[in-house]
Amino acid sequence: MAEPITLSLTVNGESRTLSVHPFARLLDLLREDLRLMGTKEGCGEGECGACSVLVNGQVVNSCLVPAVQVQGAEVVTVEGLAQGESLSSLQAAFLTYNGAQCGFCTPGMLVAATDLLRRCPTPDDGAIRDGLAGNLCRCTGYSKILDAVHAAAGEGEAAR
Amino acid sequence: MRGQLHNVEVRVPASLSDALALLAREPGVWTPLAGGTDLMVVHNAGHLKATRFLDLSRFEELRGIREEAGALTFGALSTFTDLRDSVAVHRHFPNLVKSARATGALAIQNRGTLGGNIANASPAADTPPSLLAYGAEVELLSVRGSRRVAYDRFHLGYKVMDLAPDELVAAIHVPLPTGRGFHYFRKVGTRQAQAISKVCLAAWARIEGGVVADLRIGLGSVAPAPIRARHAEAALLGQALAALPIEAAREALLADISPIDDIRATARYRSVVTRNVLGHMLRELANL
Amino acid sequence: MIGASSIRKEGRAKVLGTACYTDDKLVPGALHGVTIRSQVPRGILRGIHFGEGIPWAEVTIVTAADIPGQNRVASVVHDQPFLVGIGEEITHMEQPVVLLAHPNRLLAERARNAVRLEVEELPAVLDIDASLELRPLIYGTANLLKEIRIAKGDPESVWATAAHVIEGEYRTGAQEQMYLEPNAMVASVERTDGVAHVTVWGSLQCPYYVHSALKQLFGLPAEQVRVVAMEMGGAFGGKEDYPSVNGGHAALLSWKAGLPVKLIYDREEDLACTTKRHPSRTRLRTAFDAEGHLLALTADFVLDGGAYATMSPVVLSRGAIHAAGVYRCPHVRIHARAAATNTPPPGAFRGFGAPQSLFALERHMDICAVKLGLDPVTLRRRNFLHTGDTMATGQIIREDLDLDGIMDRALAELGYHDKKAAHTVLNQEDSPLKRGVGFAVFMHGCGFTGGGEAYLASVAGVEGCPDGTVAVLAASTEMGQGKNTVFAQIVAETLKVPVEQVETAEVDTDRVPNSGPTVASRSTMMVGRILQDAASAFRQSLIQQGFLTEPYTPESFREAVRRAVAAHGSLRSYGQYHRPPNIQWDDATYQGDAYPTFSWACYAADVTVDLDTFEVKVEDFAAVQEVGRVVNPMLAEGQVEGGVAQGIGWGLWEEVTTRQGRMINNQMTNYIIPTSADLPRMKVVFLENPHPAGPGGAKGLGELPMDGPAPALVNALANALGPLRLDEVPMTPDRLLERCEEVTHG
Repeated sequence: MAEPITLSLTVNGESRTLSVHPFARLLDLLREDLRLMGTKEGCGEGECGACSVLVNGQVVNSCLVPAVQVQGAEVVTVEGLAQGESLSSLQAAFLTYNGAQCGFCTPGMLVAATDLLRRCPTPDDGAIRDGLAGNLCRCTGYSKILDAVHAAAGEGEAAR
Repeated sequence: MRGQLHNVEVRVPASLSDALALLAREPGVWTPLAGGTDLMVVHNAGHLKATRFLDLSRFEELRGIREEAGALTFGALSTFTDLRDSVAVHRHFPNLVKSARATGALAIQNRGTLGGNIANASPAADTPPSLLAYGAEVELLSVRGSRRVAYDRFHLGYKVMDLAPDELVAAIHVPLPTGRGFHYFRKVGTRQAQAISKVCLAAWARIEGGVVADLRIGLGSVAPAPIRARHAEAALLGQALAALPIEAAREALLADISPIDDIRATARYRSVVTRNVLGHMLRELANL
Repeated sequence: MIGASSIRKEGRAKVLGTACYTDDKLVPGALHGVTIRSQVPRGILRGIHFGEGIPWAEVTIVTAADIPGQNRVASVVHDQPFLVGIGEEITHMEQPVVLLAHPNRLLAERARNAVRLEVEELPAVLDIDASLELRPLIYGTANLLKEIRIAKGDPESVWATAAHVIEGEYRTGAQEQMYLEPNAMVASVERTDGVAHVTVWGSLQCPYYVHSALKQLFGLPAEQVRVVAMEMGGAFGGKEDYPSVNGGHAALLSWKAGLPVKLIYDREEDLACTTKRHPSRTRLRTAFDAEGHLLALTADFVLDGGAYATMSPVVLSRGAIHAAGVYRCPHVRIHARAAATNTPPPGAFRGFGAPQSLFALERHMDICAVKLGLDPVTLRRRNFLHTGDTMATGQIIREDLDLDGIMDRALAELGYHDKKAAHTVLNQEDSPLKRGVGFAVFMHGCGFTGGGEAYLASVAGVEGCPDGTVAVLAASTEMGQGKNTVFAQIVAETLKVPVEQVETAEVDTDRVPNSGPTVASRSTMMVGRILQDAASAFRQSLIQQGFLTEPYTPESFREAVRRAVAAHGSLRSYGQYHRPPNIQWDDATYQGDAYPTFSWACYAADVTVDLDTFEVKVEDFAAVQEVGRVVNPMLAEGQVEGGVAQGIGWGLWEEVTTRQGRMINNQMTNYIIPTSADLPRMKVVFLENPHPAGPGGAKGLGELPMDGPAPALVNALANALGPLRLDEVPMTPDRLLERCEEVTHG
């Protein structure tokens, strides 16, 4: 029986300290210990991407990350994308362009798209498809998601 | 989530030598944990037999891609994203870039490691065919020292490796190709992204005076482990590009592979498609 | 309002991550439930054994013996038990037998593995052929869950004299809905003064279906049962009938434990145990005259209905009615059967039987065109239904119908004729890449089949709120399709106020009336129409009671509502479905108006086949449809694009692989739905033709996009590859190789 570890990490800019099993999934820490329910579990095998979060600026499947590997890490979830009441340009674009239908893939999709636009500010369809290929959506056929990411990228351009 | 925690123990050794010492003291007890992208999947499904894990992820000495002595050395913890982002890998080993891009999707590529891809020993892994084509060597480390194994002699059978219970995969050395090279990689997966391969073929050839002077072909998903296509290679070595014996090579390939039926493809499909992909590769080679 | 791309009502919560799905609900003290299931396809349950190493005293255990009411799931036919009791028959793999709950999720999981079922195995029926041949008899007197016959004219009078008689057999596979949120339920049973109140919150399409199921399961009156629909992470029919089962299970555990219970399936369990699209086998026989006019059509349409009836009778009905497609035909016989097998029961899935029979017919039409020496466009044009024509059930087309216009537009959007010519040249080259174009023309009936809507007699309403806004009262659920937004638009349009002044009441059976299930492409057209009437009445009553005078501004309307609510305490208006006088249906003869109307479409695909790998890439796709007036173009496009994606998946990749009837590729890794890298951009066009029965002229849309992609794709494959036996979906690379080898090996 492993002793719980004291885990210190930053979640959405806030320092958090938890006592957890070292092999507990990051997904469960977020949902059960921190009650950040935006991150979803769609498969538990790193396939659907609904549990995507950023760890140290990189998109990961939080269902495949054990607690012991996020000691000291910076984690961003969907709850960390908006600035207070103000939606991020991606969130606003998903709303305007109907990029979210049932909404269950949306948190992970937004996190992956946020990561994509940081690496590649003006992606073409191919780059978006590649960047979001790990996030399955069953409602949209992806077209409206592509539209939303293009729109957000355009807005980012204008803002610069 | 069906994976239990009550019986699971995780060690985070302070140093690599501590890790090796633990493996030497209790060989076969501790399962090395790197990016977790294979291991956690099995754990979550409740199918993982291992309960004791050794976290390697913090060892900086197992990271990084360096050029030394006519080879690129990949620390075992190099992620697929590291491979995709490396200029040297793009320049010398385009097949490895393609392998890395074909492994899962970005979230997996950010965590999964080259060492893990090798040591997990899945016959369907996407980097092994490229490593076989490039003549890689695996560096293994234990308290007894380090040793190198040619990668094409590392996999001995289904999930059986030339890897002692006290050893870790520390690095992968890939010699820089010289001369006029031909690089080919093709994965036939269950879909265009986030897919497990049904057939994977990687090849590298050196061309001299219009003749195949050197050739290695690596295959995935058509045998219990990643394999070299030695019969097909033999049929092609020394042959002129203008007159490649494509049909003979396709026939010879049958002696290399031993595909099975599984939920992703039939053995028949794998057999036909592997030969077709070889044919496609040879048509490209002929047009070089 | 109607016709505007209003922003999705619940969209903000969804992009913020605050939308509350069932497993997100905070339930202090909740136990975690798990289900023990059979691991044989058929047998008699002889015993249940609880193994060592588990503190069983801490575990809530529910078996069939604990059920207070009827151990039968309320459905079309009450044949399915919630749990199999000792001495009773297990009829399929993964059938629920025991329920367990414990405060610790991982311990509940360990307990699941410690229960062993003792079963005396019996021979099982695992496919349609064995079922129809009674090898052995497992259900009723003929292994039939339902049988339907539709007759028009006399096909027997035609065969002997027709210029051409063409036969074909077609098959379609099971398909998983693969909503991103697995099935999930929370239940709480509270007892006050010995009176039990059962509440279930869940991911469910049809709150009143679950409500009925719970009443029967516990033997409770309606007022002691409450069902609340949580935010739903997709459904596609997969949460139409199954929630009556897992909702009942969660409630049983809570009933026994006296504590709330969460019953959340993981993906593995969801895929192996819950409903799928019915596999089908269709035999068609058609007669044509020398010019290619369709003279007669017979269809022998069989669905694999699994171990219990579930939705099979009505899925079969829709499939049978759509089997004759969009063609004028004087002599038709349709014989439809749902065959019982020892497999987990299939259920509702977007399209509901129509994709199966339409695949067969639209594939068959292309094959007939080849045999008749006509191109598929001409053959269809010669046989399309027109206004005034009579369909197989005797239904007369009363609306303006222009199938030529729909087809021509789809072909133009794809560039069908140019591409076909170019591909023919290209395919002569010595390359493994072959190109092809294909299309399908089809329809989808709006609303419940036959007398279904009259039977439902749905009620919906609007309610004034203290702040002056108006709330929509309907049991229709939001599963991503846009119901919240579309209903608000319909009501706002009727009230002549901005859509921001209309919100949706929580879908809670204590608050909203039974507006019927959220299925059958009926919400916008049927419930929307009732809401239009309710909103009209609401406005009239504000005017009649002197709170509102015309003309009015949005602000004066808001003020009027505020004052009316303050004066009366509450203000509600309801509407109810009324059968239009010209709609007649006879369920005994299957004659009459099968649907109040149909939506019509033509979908066209351009594909590349790689004969090295037998992979198919969809290069381009055009979806042209007539769905009456479009209430919200942005949401409607999203519905079509998503439906096409699901249809492409069914046509090319999505295969449910089974062993002993159990799905063995029950992981997302091995059941292949399309990623963003697998699909093209799609051209989506709506040809608007307002229909008088729908709100603002709207017809149904949700299921239509599922019907067309599979036949369009396989027709395109046939165009690319020539005469192969392309009679089945999914046409996976493995299957395509097999079909190519049939030709090369003679």
